[in-house]
Amino acid sequence: MIGRPLSRRLDRAGSAIALVLIAIGVLVPVLNLAVAPESAFHVPTYAVALIGKYLCYALLALSVDLIWGYCGILSLGHGAFFALGGYAMGMYLMRQIGTRGVYGNPLLPDFMVFLNWRELPWYWHGFDQLWFAVTMAILVPGALAFLLGWFAFRSRVTGVYLSIITQAMTFALLLAFFRNDMGFGGNNGLTDFKDILGFPVQAAETRAVLFAASALALALGFAICRFVVRSKLGKVLVAIRDAESRTRFLGYRVEYYKLVVFVLSACMAGVAGALYVPQVGIINPGEFDPANSIEAVIWVAVGGRGTLIGAIIGAVLVNFAKTYFTAALPDFWLFALGGLFVAVTLMLPKGIVGTGLKTFQSWRSRHDDSAGANQVKAVEAEAAE
Amino acid sequence: MADGMVAVRHSVWLTMLKGGLAMPMRCLLLALLVGVAALGSGPRVAAAADLEPMVNALGQGGFAGAETAIKALAATGDPSVAPILDALNKGNLFIRKADGKAVIAMHNGSELLLTDPVSGSELGAESAGALDKIKVNNKLRRVIRAAMGTLTLRNADPAARLAAAGALFKSRDTDAAEAVAAAIAAETDNRVRRALEQAYAAIVLTGDAGDDQKIAAVAVIKARADQDALGLLNSAAQSTAPAVRDAAKAAIAEMERSLVWWSVLQDCLYGISLGSVLLLAAIGLAITFGVMGVINMAHGEMVMLGAYTTFVVQDLIRDFAPGLFDLSLLIALPLAFAVTGLIGIAIERGIIRFLYGRPLETLLATWGLSLLLQQAVRSIFGPTNREVGNPSWMSGSIELGHLTITQGRLWIIIFGLLMLGALMLILHRTLLGLQMRAVTQNRSMAASMGIRTPWIDALTFGLGSGIAGLAGVALSQIDNVSPNLGQGYIIDSFMIVIFGGVGNLWGTLVGAMTLGVVNKLLEPFAGAVLGKILVLAFIILFIQVRPRGLFALRGRSVEQ
Repeated sequence: MIGRPLSRRLDRAGSAIALVLIAIGVLVPVLNLAVAPESAFHVPTYAVALIGKYLCYALLALSVDLIWGYCGILSLGHGAFFALGGYAMGMYLMRQIGTRGVYGNPLLPDFMVFLNWRELPWYWHGFDQLWFAVTMAILVPGALAFLLGWFAFRSRVTGVYLSIITQAMTFALLLAFFRNDMGFGGNNGLTDFKDILGFPVQAAETRAVLFAASALALALGFAICRFVVRSKLGKVLVAIRDAESRTRFLGYRVEYYKLVVFVLSACMAGVAGALYVPQVGIINPGEFDPANSIEAVIWVAVGGRGTLIGAIIGAVLVNFAKTYFTAALPDFWLFALGGLFVAVTLMLPKGIVGTGLKTFQSWRSRHDDSAGANQVKAVEAEAAE
Repeated sequence: MADGMVAVRHSVWLTMLKGGLAMPMRCLLLALLVGVAALGSGPRVAAAADLEPMVNALGQGGFAGAETAIKALAATGDPSVAPILDALNKGNLFIRKADGKAVIAMHNGSELLLTDPVSGSELGAESAGALDKIKVNNKLRRVIRAAMGTLTLRNADPAARLAAAGALFKSRDTDAAEAVAAAIAAETDNRVRRALEQAYAAIVLTGDAGDDQKIAAVAVIKARADQDALGLLNSAAQSTAPAVRDAAKAAIAEMERSLVWWSVLQDCLYGISLGSVLLLAAIGLAITFGVMGVINMAHGEMVMLGAYTTFVVQDLIRDFAPGLFDLSLLIALPLAFAVTGLIGIAIERGIIRFLYGRPLETLLATWGLSLLLQQAVRSIFGPTNREVGNPSWMSGSIELGHLTITQGRLWIIIFGLLMLGALMLILHRTLLGLQMRAVTQNRSMAASMGIRTPWIDALTFGLGSGIAGLAGVALSQIDNVSPNLGQGYIIDSFMIVIFGGVGNLWGTLVGAMTLGVVNKLLEPFAGAVLGKILVLAFIILFIQVRPRGLFALRGRSVEQ
């Protein structure tokens, strides 16, 4: 699926990881559908939905890692791009309900009938087509990121200032989407979806396909990120991260580099949101909560900032822990999450993958001086933040 | 203070009277008038002998006789007449068949308990057969109401008279016109006289007086210049003669112009009130973020802890020393400062000092800390809102012209400004402040001058946190005390500090007030939520234009 030029450009480790992700995308649905429920290898449907959700989170984490890990832009508003993508998909799914809604209106979703709306708002047109919804799920977050980035990067708003205005942005969107007259279902959001492309959303087969699509999107996202960070563009990004003024003095138009990667990252977050919504069956303004965006950042920090694969590992690990603890020890989870923020920043600044790579590297150099020297260099190059 | 009390009672009246005078409302009004009249009841026994035959006359001559008797009673101006008329209105006034004496009777089982209407003494019980009820019809009820109004117009207490005048302005009872005119002549208090004149004008305008009188009445009502006057003039502009109609229309136009200004002023006042809340929330952050440059996302939780300290203090006071309740906030202030200040120092020593120079990591760690603190409070105090009471000196409201502000809000404005002033003094007039500024501006130079920089860091952070705790005490009075209290303020606080300019306390003041006022001025047009969104969008754009805020620091200390 990965385009030919891209696959040729990808390094061995990168393509291996992408292939593993695709393999998961094939294997899990197969184990769910084709293996008998009694078998030890059977994957239950709820697990497919759950892991599918993790994969969407992983894609979001990847998009955060791309800008934070490689360009030093700490966005505390990436949840907004994720949610906007989710709303685009949710609008498509709402239009698919058609006459099966409570009020049976063929054109208007239930909440609009309930609010006595006469006709479909202009921005709801076109969302009866999946291709249009997916395009919007990419374009709308991208456009918002472009707008914000265009203003912010040109006026050299950096560091915590940028973080705080991205947080204010998602907070403003949270407030806006809570309003009923925005036409996005107010605080109930969009839910009660029936089918996607004519297939029922709840069916195991549809879930399997959505899972495969999420895994594929993650693999593709990973490949794109890997491609970006290993290209010349990536080198400039790292330079910007480490010494922005110096890079500018060397003649690079720093704001354009940042803008490109910020928009790309927002588009990826939008795709993640679009894949997330049909799998969880609801999108509401709560997704814009600034806390969600910061949580995405901590996934990256736990996994290892600036390692890409670390973002994926971190997102899956933290969310697995969240699923487990919110069920087993609900009160404990916020303590654990809060503690994780503090502990990781204080004791594990490179995250799991970063620390692991460093340990591995020092172990290799101690035990295998000559043979592994070249490989170590390669690993080192990757591990360099 | 006395004026304040009058205003409070007055505003209670207005709220009571809003929503028109439906029948149950009228009864309530009557009861209230009685209550107010009773407040000022003076020498009761002295007049008793004269009143008695007049009261007895209520039962003679049917409705017409009763009407004459009521008017005669009202003319005495004796406050003790009010409860008698009230009893008559409610159908509790009877005539004892044995001697023709009027008595107030209350049902008690099968019998009726009698009391003397004039002296109030008990007269034993009678069976229902021994009594004749004095009947009232609607016409009589109107007469009674007018008489009540007149009675209270002569009350000894100016507040009661003022309230009665206000009630008459609303009811526009034409029967009361003469009584009002008489009361105006007898009135000594200027404020009450003005109210009476307005009431009289209102009566004239609704009644069938001549055009000249009505035009004069329009002028009097115009001077009142509030929504009620506007409503009255609007109805006048629809019905009567052309000359009156034109006068009313001109008056309406003029009044609407002035009302617009008043409502803008009121919005500004609300804005300053909101601004002072924001100032309180942001001012501690102006120290930790503004002066030290530490991104403290747990700042809101310090505010929350301050509010919970107030709750604990009040809880203990309720249990052990209920008499001290009015002082509970004063007791809570130093405690909240101590609690949050110490927690702040602990946070600085335990976490933040390892993260200096890494602002983004500081942001994440303190965010984690805020989650920890919230969950800790949730575990200890429960997830629901906790009740924090208002001491008596913070309840009530004050009116200035057409402006209203509650005492609580007023105290918060004062408190916010006091805190800002105190902080200024600490930063610029004390050794600690000097050392703080020295360490912020040039750490290594300060260290070589013998300042223990780690110690100063901890104290500065403790000061910022402690001030957040003080803000929490104040905010506990107007906000829900719940574990999420701080979350609502953190984004606003950062916005204000950045908007005002980092490291500049004046900027924080100007930023908070600007945002508060802009927010409130937008609300009438855009609604509360959209207004807030617009303000956020405005700040986001503003930061693009002036990344360092309104009052940017200049010079070498900027580029660190």
